[in-house]
Amino acid sequence: MGAGWVIFVSLLYLVILFLIAIYGHRLAKSGKSIVNNPYVYALSMTVYCTVWTFYGSVGRATQTGLGFVAVYLGPAVLAPVWYMLMRKIIMISKQLRITSVADFISSRYGKSTFLGILTTVILIFGIIPYISIQLKAIGISFDLITQSDAKNTFWDSSSFYRDKVNYFTILLALFTILFGTRSLDPNERHEGLIAAIAFESIVKLIAFLTAGIFVVYFVFDGMADIFSKAATNPKTSELLTLSSTDMAKSNWFWVLILSAISMMFLPRQFHVTVVENTNISYVRQASWLFPLYLFLICIFVLPIALGGLLILPSTAEPDMFVLSLPMHFGQGWLALLVYIGGFSAAASMVVVSVISLSIMVSNNLLMPLLLKTRTATIDGYALLSERLLYIRRVVIVVIMFLAFGFYKSVSSSFPIVSIGLISFAAILQLAPAIIGGLFWSRANVKGASAGLSAGFFIWFICLPLPTLSEAGILSSTIIDQGYFGMELLKPYALFGLQNVDSISNACIWSMIFNIGLFVIVSLVTTQEVDELAQADIYVNIEKYSTIPDIEVLKKVASVQKLKQLLVRYLGAHKARSLLKDFKGKLSSSNDDQASQDFIHYTEQVLTGAFGAASAKLLLSDDIRQQNISLEQLHEIINQTKEILEYSHALENKTEELTQTTNELAALNQRLTELDEMKAEFISTVTHELRTPITTIRSFSQLMKTKENMDPAQKSEFLSIILKECDRVARLISQVLEVEKLETVSKIDEGSCHLHTVTTLAIKRLQPIADEKNAALIYESHHEDLYVPLSEDKFLQVLLNLLSNALKFCDHENGIVKLSVTRNTVNKTILISIYNNGQHIPDDYKNRIFEKFTQVKDGNLAKPDGSGLGLYITKKFVEQGQGKIYFFSNQQAGTTFTVEFG
Amino acid sequence: MIKKKILIVDDEPNIVLALRVLLEDQGYDIEYCYDGTSALEKLVTFSPDLVLLDVMMPGVDGYTVAKNIRNHQNAEHTNIIFLTAKGTKDDKMEGYDSGAEYYIVKPFDNDDILEKVRELL
Repeated sequence: MGAGWVIFVSLLYLVILFLIAIYGHRLAKSGKSIVNNPYVYALSMTVYCTVWTFYGSVGRATQTGLGFVAVYLGPAVLAPVWYMLMRKIIMISKQLRITSVADFISSRYGKSTFLGILTTVILIFGIIPYISIQLKAIGISFDLITQSDAKNTFWDSSSFYRDKVNYFTILLALFTILFGTRSLDPNERHEGLIAAIAFESIVKLIAFLTAGIFVVYFVFDGMADIFSKAATNPKTSELLTLSSTDMAKSNWFWVLILSAISMMFLPRQFHVTVVENTNISYVRQASWLFPLYLFLICIFVLPIALGGLLILPSTAEPDMFVLSLPMHFGQGWLALLVYIGGFSAAASMVVVSVISLSIMVSNNLLMPLLLKTRTATIDGYALLSERLLYIRRVVIVVIMFLAFGFYKSVSSSFPIVSIGLISFAAILQLAPAIIGGLFWSRANVKGASAGLSAGFFIWFICLPLPTLSEAGILSSTIIDQGYFGMELLKPYALFGLQNVDSISNACIWSMIFNIGLFVIVSLVTTQEVDELAQADIYVNIEKYSTIPDIEVLKKVASVQKLKQLLVRYLGAHKARSLLKDFKGKLSSSNDDQASQDFIHYTEQVLTGAFGAASAKLLLSDDIRQQNISLEQLHEIINQTKEILEYSHALENKTEELTQTTNELAALNQRLTELDEMKAEFISTVTHELRTPITTIRSFSQLMKTKENMDPAQKSEFLSIILKECDRVARLISQVLEVEKLETVSKIDEGSCHLHTVTTLAIKRLQPIADEKNAALIYESHHEDLYVPLSEDKFLQVLLNLLSNALKFCDHENGIVKLSVTRNTVNKTILISIYNNGQHIPDDYKNRIFEKFTQVKDGNLAKPDGSGLGLYITKKFVEQGQGKIYFFSNQQAGTTFTVEFG
Repeated sequence: MIKKKILIVDDEPNIVLALRVLLEDQGYDIEYCYDGTSALEKLVTFSPDLVLLDVMMPGVDGYTVAKNIRNHQNAEHTNIIFLTAKGTKDDKMEGYDSGAEYYIVKPFDNDDILEKVRELL
């Protein structure tokens, strides 16, 4: 195939991807995002499958048979763990606007600049080899597909200008810049990019499957055929036995671990899974869609490997079987499809990884360094955001250049998978800090820094550095004799660990030092207040629906200052829209102190744009922050607790007090009333006593001074005197009775014969009835009833009620009737006294049983009696455990009823 | 000599009787009633020279009657003696403020009443 044609197709494919990206971006802007669904999300995750999968796994399979699958088993088997971890990581990242894995780590450990830098450096060292193998694969596949082109003498890599990989590198750098640095989004979302990635995932799957189907069903006669042929062929028979898969168990173990970790923490993986995630619920679907994809793409790996071994000459590069097989059979179009599939896999890996690395370098490496060496030059930059994009573009070019360099010097001599595993081992170093940080709140920045540094160092001397030796750049004695000639420092057998492959060796030792130092240093050192807060957020993210603000670290900044910050670093337009988005209260006056909410919001926004560490540095000047020690924090917390307790207790006490005060006030009022009542009582009693005494005295004096008084008059006067004496006596006894009733309310134990007492009462009052020309009627059919009240009391009750009735009955034709009835159901005795006089006025009805309340009868000048009668009557009835009530209106007259149950 | 006219106002019938007997024997012309409203009527119809007035009465009380007497055109010259069981200094003051000549506390001495009546009339 002509080289020119291949180049054209490659370019065309990139343009298609770019157009898809633009289209996806436009759609997202208009609200109809095609990217925002779980399937695209899962597909974007398959950027995990690069040329390693496409080409490298076949090569691996030719050596270890099914062993290649370890790299895919890791993610598949640990999908539930992945699910749980990723959910937590996504929640945290959304809340804190994390835009890269370096930011994630740095943020967790108190927004540490050092950790951010360290992580970024590790990732650069780790990913550049990975990028280089993509370039390598593109180069080789290009060569392979154009080898039939006799005219292709130009691309012979004889010089820099003739090295196609060089141009591909530049091309990819350009496309990365175009894809990733068009605008500064505080969330670092690139919708268009995701759309393109999803598309290329499909292309790569289709390409590989097509190649596989071709080999299995067209070259051979199906799976059974290929395997049976392989079994009989000495070249391949070993691969089918388990012994070939019996890579050292340690190797299996570590490859599983490495692949699982890398699937989460590779920069490109972190970027598509976390940073570009739009909806956390997609994680659930991705956790089975992704393994499904892996399964599909792996189905034909072994068959292709076997097929290649069986058919192709032994000089054929095993990594390239996927392409060379179709070429061998002259399937030009299929070969082109495969080539594009590989190219696609390489391109997507490069673009996403490099974008992610550029974000990290700009936010976590360069920005903090620039800010730390802060001078007036920062203030001179009107719009740092423009500067930032420019920085990123430079970073992208530099990274690509470095990757190219590594390719030229190293990768060309190594199989793809080996280099890939070296990269994975670098990613592994991040795992303790991340996973530890998610679940162990004691994990602190010093521990993480120590562990990470140690792990990185071990990794470096065990894996990438020896490759330089093997590639001939460094002395080859390093591998055989160890560094500085020391036996214990042999990179592939560090500290004397024998019989493990280089990867396992590196992993074991780097993890021992990494985790060991991480844990020990974290336990031994203390955390700053900053860290504590972040640790709490990370470990307990589920508790936070919004990120709480630590009131303790009171931040002070004026509204104006913060607005200026936003404008300066994000541009006026972006700042305005962000200010509009701010849902909290924004003081209108610029000189006012900004609310904690607003300060927090500004911090968040800047974090999204520049990473947590840089944002913190940016703001540190404009926000005065009181740094307090842990002890002070403890004390403040304790004090606050105490204060809260006291205030609670105080509230309770206040409530109690209020209640008590109210009760006292009520009591006081009652007492005052009682006092008044008492005074009134005494006043009334005195008055009542004085009146008859006045009469008695006056008449007595008259009789004394008047010598010749008419005997009739004398007689009359004497009767009056006697009556008045009775009156006084009666009053006194009533008052005494009242006094007794007031102090002791006892139950009367006595009983008396109803009929006897009633007849007695009637007899006593008959004369008065006659005087008034009133009819006094007694009606009873119950002669043998007994009343649960002592006789004198019951008599008094009857006398009182009857005399009242006589007092108030009609003056012309007065009728007073006493009737006794018995309720047959509940056996209560009812004694009713009726009179046909004026009914009791409504305003008296409530008070009639009270002391000194007397109803005024129209005709009488003054009511007879003291007003105590009914009061005493009621008390007596109650002492007999009875009830007294009345009914009175215009038509029915008045009836008082005493009920004994 | 014209008989002097005395109006007795008290809600206690026995007291009214006692005073009637006492004063009629001395040759005064007596009218009596048992409440304030009637007193005001009798004031106009009987036009007494002296009023013996109880304070504690239902409806219109003694003080009000006294004030009315004082304000009445034709009754300026009418003398008032209060008779009452209420005996505190405040009550007496109120009594005098209402325009009474004398304030006598019950139980009273018959001679005391006669003396005062004679003095005023």
